[in-house]
Amino acid sequence: MSEKITGAQSLVKALEQTGVDVMFGIPGGAILPAYDPIFDSKIRHILVRHEQGAGHAATGYAQVTGKVGVCIATSGPGATNLVTPLADAQMDSVPIVAITGQVPGPAIGTDAFQEADIRGVTMPITKHNYLITNPDEIPNAIAEAFYIARTGRPGPVLVDIAKDALQMKTEFKYPSNLNLAGYNPVVNPDLKMVQQAAQLICESKKPVLYIGGGIIKANASAELMQLAELINAPVVTTLMARGAFPDSHRLHLGMPGMHGTVAAVTALQKADLLITLGARFDDRVTGKLSSFATKAKVIHADIDPAEIGKNRHADVPLIGDLKNILKALIPTVKSELAKNKPDLTSWWQEVDSWRNRFPLGFDEPADGSLSPQYVIKRIGEISGPDAIFAAGVGQHQMWASQFINYEKPRTWLNSGGLGTMGYAVPAAMGAKVGAPNQTVWAIDGDGCFQMTNQELVTCALNNIPIKVAVINNESLGMVRQWQTLFYNQRYSNTDLHSKRVPDFKLLAEAMGCVGMRCESKADVDKTIEAAMAINDRPVVVDFNVHRDAMVWPMVAAGTSNDEITVARSMAPVWDSQEL
Amino acid sequence: MAIHTLAVLVENSPGVLARVASLFSRRGYNIDSLAVGPTENPKVSRMTIVLNLEGHALDQVNAQLFKLVNVIGISEMKPAESLQRELLLVKVANTPKSVELSKKFGAKFIEANGVLEVEAVGERAEIEKFLTELKAVGIKELVQSGVVAMEKGATTLADRTLTTMGTANQSNQDNSTADYQN
Ligand SMILES: Cc1ncc(C[n+]2csc(CCOP(=O)(O)OP(=O)(O)O)c2C)c(N)n1
Repeated sequence: MSEKITGAQSLVKALEQTGVDVMFGIPGGAILPAYDPIFDSKIRHILVRHEQGAGHAATGYAQVTGKVGVCIATSGPGATNLVTPLADAQMDSVPIVAITGQVPGPAIGTDAFQEADIRGVTMPITKHNYLITNPDEIPNAIAEAFYIARTGRPGPVLVDIAKDALQMKTEFKYPSNLNLAGYNPVVNPDLKMVQQAAQLICESKKPVLYIGGGIIKANASAELMQLAELINAPVVTTLMARGAFPDSHRLHLGMPGMHGTVAAVTALQKADLLITLGARFDDRVTGKLSSFATKAKVIHADIDPAEIGKNRHADVPLIGDLKNILKALIPTVKSELAKNKPDLTSWWQEVDSWRNRFPLGFDEPADGSLSPQYVIKRIGEISGPDAIFAAGVGQHQMWASQFINYEKPRTWLNSGGLGTMGYAVPAAMGAKVGAPNQTVWAIDGDGCFQMTNQELVTCALNNIPIKVAVINNESLGMVRQWQTLFYNQRYSNTDLHSKRVPDFKLLAEAMGCVGMRCESKADVDKTIEAAMAINDRPVVVDFNVHRDAMVWPMVAAGTSNDEITVARSMAPVWDSQEL
Repeated sequence: MAIHTLAVLVENSPGVLARVASLFSRRGYNIDSLAVGPTENPKVSRMTIVLNLEGHALDQVNAQLFKLVNVIGISEMKPAESLQRELLLVKVANTPKSVELSKKFGAKFIEANGVLEVEAVGERAEIEKFLTELKAVGIKELVQSGVVAMEKGATTLADRTLTTMGTANQSNQDNSTADYQN
């Protein structure tokens, strides 16, 4: 008979056995028993400054490594501080496991000190969750949590463990097999459907590969490249898929959606076939759904059967792991093409005309102040294709998606589904922990930065030398843009005054980072290069930029993608035969 | 609007009813009735859910429901191919009319303290018809169980959905220890 250990020791052993190498967290009463064996464990525990930071760090780590990220918190407020990152990971299908302490079993339900029903709270925002009150169940719950988080459509799993279960004695038994009767993700596609998809592809005169974040999750970029080159179809990558296909590739039209390129948006609108791979017809991509790609048939490949037909009818559904789907589809398409190769010349002529006439661009501010787009573009160019970029939410996020060229998967991290301000700094921290040899930039807004910058203290103390570019337009820029366009320039509560307070340079220095400031175009390259040269500490650069720069193109919320404007009050002028 | 009856096998684990209820509420699916109880397998509970679907395709409800880790199997109970029953308990005024109605609908009844306690079992439509007629007499209190449904014939829902129970996942993917290594 094996030796009795505490539930807490059993938890840490299970985490070790599962292969966890790092976790982000903060201790507190209910989780305290676990922190004692954590003290002796080979698992690196990074003490964050706010549990939200722990959650987003786990997400950043997971997005960069493809492994499950882990965060840990105490009951009550510790656990509720994880709510935002859990919802964020759920929306963007990121595999993370959150471990929370709960009040002791007998106290559950009595409104005990620091009690919150975190299992109930997180039910709708996790893939699955557990409340464990019996110490014998800990290793199995941990093994299941990791298995569920990473398989199928990835997502967050929370394991809430009562304090007394952590303290009680138990026998450690790591499961050799899991018994999940209701959980059987389909991984291999139906070959009849693959055949039908191949046929549609070979009949199509105007195909578009509509690529979502699923390609990155499935590590299927190489297969995507094969298929794209095989069929020679235009490729668009959504906000979650930037990097899934190289931006420099001739087939790539860029990002579709509300702030997508004219070519990507229009190609989807005019296509006769959407080859949808790991994307979910999100409203930010489709615009008004009833007018989205009205002439197109749809092939929809996804690991989650519930995505099929949720927003848009699929003519050919392909359910399974995208890598397996593509491996089956490529040879099938090849043999179909041998029989019938469609001529895409005129489609490419159309597509190229949009691409050539409406390239992404920006105007330099007339008053000589710094252009935010220019700053972001130069950060991308100077840092190169191996650097990782994590963005906040707002204008800077859209510019970072538009003006940085992504050549590789897992180099672009952002909060696409939930749109979580404050994501960038902690996600960059997690990314740097997962990829210590790569340059990691947080491209953040002055608003977002003020939500989670405290994690720079964590970075400074734990040798996590990330770089932060604060794109300081002294306002909640994206909201201000909407006020400019839709609320008669009435700037209600969007002025942050952040060129006066706080002083980001001093703030950075107070947190143990190097602080820099850049106010003119002439200094941009020098400043970025100086930041790139520092590798022993985090760096924060306060880029003072023009406050009225806007994100273009734009499809206003709820309107049709046909109504895309390239710049204020400027819709693309179409030739009459194009309409 | 279309009425659908779903039979759902779920793991008998704490919180499972909350998961189902929370899913229906957040996705805006209208539940007409929901009945839960034990089954022949102590590890499994069975829900019968009557839905009034507007817009949302039944496929979508099924797919979302099936995503819940504790949901083992779902089957639509088509009216022609299933037994569907509901229990009605009702207190009405003890009048010759209410006695007559109860007899007409084959309901059991007891006369007690000036009221008639009526117990009826039947298909939803019959129960509703009975209720409409009883309303004219004056209903003092009523309670309904919600529909429970079972497919006709020899096959069971468990036969069709629980074949992998106990050897979960092995049909589709190997979840040996390597699969949950980080
Ligand atoms: C937590 C949270 N609160 C509010 C919002 C709404 N929101 C979206 S963008 C934005 C402005 C962001 O400002 P800033 O970080 O300065 O970025 P900018 O748009 O100026 O680049 C706001 C308030 C949000 N997305 N997330």
